[in-house]
Amino acid sequence: MLSYVIRRVIYIIPTLVLVSIISFAVIQLIPGNYLTTHSLDPTISRERIEQQKELLGLDQPLWVRYWKWVKGIFLRGDLGYSFANYAPIGSVLFKGRLGYTVFLGLCTLTFTYLFSIPIGIYSATHQYAPSDHFFTLLSFLGLSIPNFFLALVLLYLLAGIFEVGPSLGVGGLFVQKYISQPWFNGAVPNWAKIGNFFWHVWPYVIAVGTAAMAGVVRLMRGQMLEFMNRQFAQTARAKGLAENIITYKHVFRNAINPLITGFGYSFRTMVSGSLITAIVLGVPTVERAYWNALQQQDEQVIMVGLTFFAFMLLFGNLVADILLAWADPRIRYD
Amino acid sequence: MQKGRRGEEEVSELGDRVGGSKESASQWELMWRRFKRHKAGQVGGVIILVVSTLVFMANFLGPYHYAVQHRRYSNAPPTDIHFLDEGGLAWPYVYKTTSELNENYRRVFKEDKSEKYPIKFFVKGEKYSFWGLFESRIHLFGTGTKEAPIFPFGTDKFGRDIFTRTLWGGWVSLLIGPFALITTLVIAIPIGLISGYFGGTVDMLIQRLTEVVMAFPKLPLWLALAMIFQGLPSAYRFFFIVAVFSFVDWTSLSRTLRGLVLSAREQDYSMAARASGASTPRIMFRHILPNTISYLMVASTLSIPGWIIGEASLSFLGLGIKEPQTSWGLLLNQASNIQSLVSYPWLIIPGAFIVVTVLAFNFLGDAVRDAADPFATIGDEE
Repeated sequence: MLSYVIRRVIYIIPTLVLVSIISFAVIQLIPGNYLTTHSLDPTISRERIEQQKELLGLDQPLWVRYWKWVKGIFLRGDLGYSFANYAPIGSVLFKGRLGYTVFLGLCTLTFTYLFSIPIGIYSATHQYAPSDHFFTLLSFLGLSIPNFFLALVLLYLLAGIFEVGPSLGVGGLFVQKYISQPWFNGAVPNWAKIGNFFWHVWPYVIAVGTAAMAGVVRLMRGQMLEFMNRQFAQTARAKGLAENIITYKHVFRNAINPLITGFGYSFRTMVSGSLITAIVLGVPTVERAYWNALQQQDEQVIMVGLTFFAFMLLFGNLVADILLAWADPRIRYD
Repeated sequence: MQKGRRGEEEVSELGDRVGGSKESASQWELMWRRFKRHKAGQVGGVIILVVSTLVFMANFLGPYHYAVQHRRYSNAPPTDIHFLDEGGLAWPYVYKTTSELNENYRRVFKEDKSEKYPIKFFVKGEKYSFWGLFESRIHLFGTGTKEAPIFPFGTDKFGRDIFTRTLWGGWVSLLIGPFALITTLVIAIPIGLISGYFGGTVDMLIQRLTEVVMAFPKLPLWLALAMIFQGLPSAYRFFFIVAVFSFVDWTSLSRTLRGLVLSAREQDYSMAARASGASTPRIMFRHILPNTISYLMVASTLSIPGWIIGEASLSFLGLGIKEPQTSWGLLLNQASNIQSLVSYPWLIIPGAFIVVTVLAFNFLGDAVRDAADPFATIGDEE
């Protein structure tokens, strides 16, 4: 098992290298860079631009710049420099944001699977019943609403209809007064801040999570239906086992495996969804910083951002593979 | 148990029909039969037809030209259409609206109830060209006077009629799917065929490349690619969005195709073709490709909703379709901050069109999946 995990981790490395090269290439294709916005500014002289170009290393050939970037990451843990913010990329893209991205991502995944799996099982055991049709319709609706539109509708409901804006806050992660407050007062958690944080988390989680739900529900339902009529289930039924035990211990245990593989896929949907939702709701995540960088044409930040997203996906797939190897003893490790 | 019985019943019913007609049903007939049993899929198809008609007739159905600005009516709410007057039920009419600034310097609209303006059908309005075929001034409905305009969905900040703009903007959402599909297939089919048929180093290289492109989440990569074509004139932006989508999305399609080709290559029919001296391209395109067609159909219909949402997202963020062109996503862009969302909630009406259209395509895709799967037992939904 351990050697399998190690092999999978090593396998990621060449992909990640290629990913970083593609990210780099994409950025080079974007016409203009941060300095072009300066060259239109009459108050900045030509010489100064040339000087900056040299300082930032933009006058060097592409492969030298790429190599320098990679070397910086490995030797100094330096991800590069944000020209637009005059700050290292680590602090622009990740500082104070990575935690939110990871936490909100976990919340969203929990939400998606916590609801989809029971709904899938229920739909399968009540096939063609009105409730089955209802849930199918509901999950199709979730699939069909663009994340950003759902986020807009939730924003409107909260701010326009229920008018909770002034008291509880709408958009972002906190009301103004909590932003500067610490999470803990000594050893006592700051419950007011935590409560306000979770109040802002739920619209985000719903807006992002519903998109992936339809796929999971459908997969779960289909898998359950397939295994419910297998011979092992019939045997269990024939020897008089309770239907509940058959469903949850025998059928479910077999049906769950493709869902673990599908985990990688829902991860992919989630990163896209969380990007646009974070923009609409103004949530300070890494995705949001990536969007800022796109608008500022801050090329190195875009590059690191793209590589980071790809890294997240590869990591998600890795976790899915390991989970699958752990959950399904039939999988061979070699 | 119930399921099993249902399945048998339907098989025998279908079997009778096939047997009765003396001729065996073709693959397409079987597909069509299975499709006809899928109610939601048909509803989806009908919705798509209705939306397409609305969009196709946008110039005629909308009371105004999509780009005309009614300056006195910026951010006007949807016009109230009255069906009742003092004498009970009446021919639908509207009132003239006037606006004034309230104490917060926000424009509020009030109805001036002194005169009624009945809604007329086939009224003369602004001149438009119907897809370049002919010019006309006739609009389906309107008040026929500039005194009291009618805005069924309200207006945006430039005073443009959102109803007309919504209908007009729909063409992007309806056409992005088919266009992106064609370009994606053009890229994915040769790559998938070559990778699966030749195997070896070629296959290895193609699969590594596929893996790398698939390692990126779609939206962030789309956005970065969209930046490349930022300066493009708005008339060409539709095609560039198509290019961006197909550049990223050929991967999953070609990968599954490769898997299918890999097994088809070893089957008797391709062996036979090879033995009888058919050329490699002929085996690939005439023998193997037609055998993957049902898979391609399913994958195609299922990927269209994603592209519609993708275009809406790009345009919403300002990197897709741009002014003066319009699309459903771009229309929502004006509602993207809380202030305007709360003050002018009618700005999000176009979003409902996205949801309905995507839902319809999802239903249709689901029906096609059930119908086209050659291994499905008839009557079995999964």
